[in-house]
Amino acid sequence: MNSRILRGLCALLLLPFPALASLGGDVTTVQADQAKMQGSLRTSSNNSYTLHEIQSSTGVAVKEYVASTGKVFAVTWQGPFHPDLRQLLGTYFDQFEQGEQAQRAQRRGHGPVLIQQAGLVVQISGHMRAFVGKAYVPQMLPAGVHAEDIR
Amino acid sequence: MKSERLQKFLYLSLATALAAMAGCSGASSSTSTGGGGSTPSVSNVAAISVNTGPTAGPPINSPYVDGAFTSVTLCAPGSTTNCQTIGGILVDTGSPGLRILSSALTISLPQQTASSGSPIVECLPFVDGITWGPVQTADMTIAGEQAKSLPIQVIGSSAFSNIPSSCTSFGAPEDDISVLGANGILGVGNLAQDCGPACTLPPSGGQNPGLYYACPAAGCEITAESLSSQVVNPIVLFPKDNNGVIIELPSVTGAETSISGSMIFGIGTQTNNGLGNATVYTIDPSSGNFTTVFDNVTYEDASFIDSGSNAIYFLDSNTTGMPTCSDATFWYCPTTTQNFSATNQGTNGASGPISFSVANADTLLASETIGVANGLGGPDAGTFDWGLPFFFGRTVYTAIEGQNTPAGVGPYWAY
Repeated sequence: MNSRILRGLCALLLLPFPALASLGGDVTTVQADQAKMQGSLRTSSNNSYTLHEIQSSTGVAVKEYVASTGKVFAVTWQGPFHPDLRQLLGTYFDQFEQGEQAQRAQRRGHGPVLIQQAGLVVQISGHMRAFVGKAYVPQMLPAGVHAEDIR
Repeated sequence: MKSERLQKFLYLSLATALAAMAGCSGASSSTSTGGGGSTPSVSNVAAISVNTGPTAGPPINSPYVDGAFTSVTLCAPGSTTNCQTIGGILVDTGSPGLRILSSALTISLPQQTASSGSPIVECLPFVDGITWGPVQTADMTIAGEQAKSLPIQVIGSSAFSNIPSSCTSFGAPEDDISVLGANGILGVGNLAQDCGPACTLPPSGGQNPGLYYACPAAGCEITAESLSSQVVNPIVLFPKDNNGVIIELPSVTGAETSISGSMIFGIGTQTNNGLGNATVYTIDPSSGNFTTVFDNVTYEDASFIDSGSNAIYFLDSNTTGMPTCSDATFWYCPTTTQNFSATNQGTNGASGPISFSVANADTLLASETIGVANGLGGPDAGTFDWGLPFFFGRTVYTAIEGQNTPAGVGPYWAY
């Protein structure tokens, strides 16, 4: 299914200006992520969403999925360190942090993060120097976009 | 050959006996008899115990499951009298370095400082949260091994209670025993340092990930930290047996209260730590991962072995056909125990099958006295995290990056 999406993607294109937002935020008003990460940016789009990819200066690859409404409905990351999750998750950061703490207590040990709430899904896995993560708001997924498409 | 086996058996027996003593109780403080008549241990075998950990029972009632615990002795550098033995230390092959909760530390250790004289404080992101606290120096002894002048992280120190927001942006703090589930973490993984070269870069360049801070009286600023000052895998500082570690745990059927095993230091450096018939799987040195094939799908460079993860975390419900538990979405709850097979592949082309099973986590963990559970599994979208249940019934070798072993230079895993 991923290849279907990929086939639909336009040719990747280097943009001179950042135009990114936190999860749930508005792409037209926030340009903070790339500046914060001092990274390079490329943007591509298909019928369902626009994908902004930032390569941060610390080696973290961040993707932000923006719906036609201009809202960021999903973010993913991969790299040797975590990205700035407060910046990336925006208004969802507090919910993430509370979920992470609650899960840690319930898990009876350490392991990957898997927050599966009605209004927020966050998955973080890996180990020191190799982390992967994704976060999305299920209600904000555009029609035809599935959770598995976000990677 | 026979005598080597006998020796191994004797070591294991000794380790088992010691494990019974190691237990998992809270910090125990003792003053060394310094220079007294006891014979110094030369053993490279430390006892480990998988149990409910130091947070079991009152007053915390947050029992651990599938965590391997050991104890370490810390002394002020150069001292043989200002010492303390601390139990309930989680053995983690997924990270490097020793981290001790401030609440478990009763001796005073020297603070590492920047050239400005400001204390160095570390923010270390784990997968499920961060640890924050000052870098201090100790002589660490475990079994007969010693790491002198070892930089360690002291977590949750009241002297540095204000965590910078740039640190909590990596996750929620794990700064007390109820959250950490242990009195400390002994990181004995493939990495030599916890951050590595990136943290030696000037903070102004944007390439420093910001794990080390200089904290004068007011405010903390990210600072460059040399490799030799970073919190380091203690094994690297051992005079010998410093190229890796072996974890040996017995087989487990279902759930138990506790089991005992061994942590053997060095690979091929003594008669008791040879590779024997183990297969060496080299790993991608930049990611620390190898590859797992499951159900004809290859998860390339997305798989790792980690004693600090308390289950086998892999894929998702859609892929495995197992539902997660209704009360705990991070565990699988199949109605009957499911048997799986996967193939692990090293970057050296080594390949071998792994059989494992996943049982119903709710059933396994019905009692809070359960500290060991084989078959504990959960989702981990897109990756394989071979956590502690992988170690049950196996001898697992973890070779450290850049260190020579009879099978070549680390990093690798062998089992």
